Amino acid sequence: MVPIEYYLGLSAVLFTLGALGVLIRRNAIIIFMSIELMLNSANLLFVAFARLYESMSGQIFVFFVMAVAAAEVAVGLALIVAIFRTKQSIDVDEINMLKG
Amino acid sequence: MIPDIVIFVILSLIAIATALGMLMSKNAIYSALNLILNFCTVAVFYLLLDAAFIALTQVTVYAGAIMVLFLFVIMLLGVERLRTKSTLPWQQPLAFALAVILLVVALYVIFIRTGIYIEASEVVKEGFGSPEAVGTVLFNEYLLPFEVTSVLLLVAIVGAILLTLRQITGKKYIEMEKSDGSD
Repeated sequence: MVPIEYYLGLSAVLFTLGALGVLIRRNAIIIFMSIELMLNSANLLFVAFARLYESMSGQIFVFFVMAVAAAEVAVGLALIVAIFRTKQSIDVDEINMLKG
Repeated sequence: MIPDIVIFVILSLIAIATALGMLMSKNAIYSALNLILNFCTVAVFYLLLDAAFIALTQVTVYAGAIMVLFLFVIMLLGVERLRTKSTLPWQQPLAFALAVILLVVALYVIFIRTGIYIEASEVVKEGFGSPEAVGTVLFNEYLLPFEVTSVLLLVAIVGAILLTLRQITGKKYIEMEKSDGSD
């Protein structure tokens, strides 16, 4: 197996790119995709450490993270569709009111 | 036999390139496609780490179901191109600087101020990461979280339907009630 430091480094790079995406993009859907990228980098580390310690629990956690991500995407995209219906835009700069 | 480190370097280059492509694409469709490739690359990483079942779940759930949902919503709303005029001009350079600092600090902690990482064994025990091993642990040690996940997915289904339900249905319901009252 490749040393665990390399996986830690790769995961850090992917997580930073995801965080950067949340900060610099204004399209709500791209922001969502960046969040998925961050979740994925965490998943990669879970699996890497599961392999390092030869324990299945890490892989089970990835399984649960995937289930939570699927639920989050379903609700989040529904929210985006609902926002688009009222504001005709999903630019996060324009979504600046709590009232529709 | 290609050594693991060569495969690792090639795959990480693809993963980082596709992540960058996801960030920089002007068109949201290209972003989604880049992200699909990124997820597939991560799935190959999982295979490299002896997690065959998780790798295939990654392809079906992430690259399959979730990203299809993304593509559907992008095409449904027709929002693949958004104007890039920013209302906060200083925000982007600041975000770049902060991201670079975060990355440098993280890499410093991981590679230089390192703790003692244990060496991984070259071979794992028979059947590690197979569906059978995953199922055994999932249904014995993590049965309660598994059941709670089903409730979570149910809530997500109900929530998604409730949020996208058109307002017109509510009005119709009220009108029906009124007509019922007049009868």
